[in-house]
Amino acid sequence: MRLSKRATWVLRTGVGLGLAFIYIPLIVVGIYAFNASGTTQKWPPPGLTLDWFPKALEDESVRESFLTSVEVGLVATLIAMLLGTLASLAVARHRFFGRETISFLVILPIALPGIVTGVAFSNTFTQVLGIDLSLFTVIVGHATFCIVVVYNNVIARLRRSSASFEEASADLGADTWQTFRHVTLPTMKTALVAGGLLAFALSFDEIIVTTFTLGAGDETLPIWIFRNLFRPNQLPVVNVVALLVILISIIPVYLAHRLSSDEGGVTGGKGGGDVKAEATAVP
Amino acid sequence: MAAEAAAPKRSAGRKLAGLFYGRPRLQVGSLLAGPVGWLVIGYLGSLAVLLITAFWSVDALSGEVVEEFGLENFEAIWNEPVYRDIIGRTVGVAAAVTVTDAIIAFPIAFYMAKVASNRGKALLVVGILLPLWSSYLVKVLAWRTMLSNEGIINWALEPFGLSGPGYGIVAVWLVMSYLWLPYMILPIYAGLERIPNSLISASEDLGAHPLTTFRRVILPLSFPAVVAGSIFTFSLTLGDYITPRLVSSDQFIGNVIFNNITNNQPFAAALAVVPIMVMIAYLLVARRLGAFEHV
Repeated sequence: MRLSKRATWVLRTGVGLGLAFIYIPLIVVGIYAFNASGTTQKWPPPGLTLDWFPKALEDESVRESFLTSVEVGLVATLIAMLLGTLASLAVARHRFFGRETISFLVILPIALPGIVTGVAFSNTFTQVLGIDLSLFTVIVGHATFCIVVVYNNVIARLRRSSASFEEASADLGADTWQTFRHVTLPTMKTALVAGGLLAFALSFDEIIVTTFTLGAGDETLPIWIFRNLFRPNQLPVVNVVALLVILISIIPVYLAHRLSSDEGGVTGGKGGGDVKAEATAVP
Repeated sequence: MAAEAAAPKRSAGRKLAGLFYGRPRLQVGSLLAGPVGWLVIGYLGSLAVLLITAFWSVDALSGEVVEEFGLENFEAIWNEPVYRDIIGRTVGVAAAVTVTDAIIAFPIAFYMAKVASNRGKALLVVGILLPLWSSYLVKVLAWRTMLSNEGIINWALEPFGLSGPGYGIVAVWLVMSYLWLPYMILPIYAGLERIPNSLISASEDLGAHPLTTFRRVILPLSFPAVVAGSIFTFSLTLGDYITPRLVSSDQFIGNVIFNNITNNQPFAAALAVVPIMVMIAYLLVARRLGAFEHV
């Protein structure tokens, strides 16, 4: 579009301000992790120090909740990768009654507010099934809203690759497994990995569904932050953990973006459908 | 020899594969059994349970859940002014956040889609995506610190004789607008990308002022994408209880649900029905406005 110099300049300023609005809070959190004053959150910090990092890394409860988060994230991601791939293969490669509703069904756990999903699972487990809340129930909750991320990534890839390769493989005598292993899987591999990375990032810092499905004895990292942020003497450690959580959730997303943009931008997305894969993905 | 030895092993897999050959229904069925089973039985089943338990109640004396159908919970929500206020406040903030985000997001999305170079575009997409995914809780925490009395906002405003909003409903509005902004930018960006540049050129060639082009061509074509983005900003605000808890002392729907989940699950369930109903109504309107092609 042809814009006057002034209009372009105004737009650039707007974008700059928008990005500043988005990034300043993240930078501020990062700086507080180095805050030399252990007791107050006064700005500007009186000085910077690295002291809180070993403190945080040595903290037993931080380590335990970190491992819990990783465990929940990995299992939920594996389930989501399996279910998301199966569903996307069915929708992209077959015609059947109710095909249109599958996308809606997959997206529902993330389109509804997280608290609805949380209360629904909580009531079902405790009131109807009589299952005590535990890490298992957290994993079930996380896997449910992670399916959409894998599904959207894989289906976008499958839709862009022609089914005729699979037909050719079958015509050349390959059976269903061989076709899947040698044709379909290599086609969708990077999209699947990207979806898995995003699912992990999503699960790793989720707190709302977690709060409602977590057993009494367990703690994930976001829950740990939430429980400790009202304790003044834990504040420096909370700040360090907050910085670590940002880094741990950003790295997989960056990798996922690289993985898919190398092959034509499935995650970065041309169509609205692809961008939605990401836009919808955090509850 | 080698071929003979490999033969039986191969035939087992082949047999199974052969079973699927030419049976598309069996193929679809086995692909869908897992995911549909999980989502329909596990998830929709849980939502059904939520709807049923919303009609149950808790015995006032024993604290036990009474599994009988009754409308007490919904009557309480409808009749008590407290709950009406809370619902009104939550929906009001959701609307304010949605409008705010649409206003901030549009120029950014427009710049990304129609002005930036390819390289700039790629950088901006990553620049918007990364914070979208970074921890929600940490972002709220950042604002809690920034909005505190000794925080960076008051520090920055002090030389001008001003002070920040502090904790309260304005803070909730501000923080939620911050949290959900990327959810608005991305659908609008995708929607603007889909507008052919030739339409814009045609408008310009016919002598329209850029503002006229914007008003008469770009805005109408991208409006459904704005509505698509608003689905997220609206829905996410309705369910959030952590932001109000950390930067205000106001009650939102989510807070009341959270406070009741241990002692009165049926009432928590009934309250959770409220955002579901609001979202269903919102989605119906959004569909009429053509937003679903952009979600």
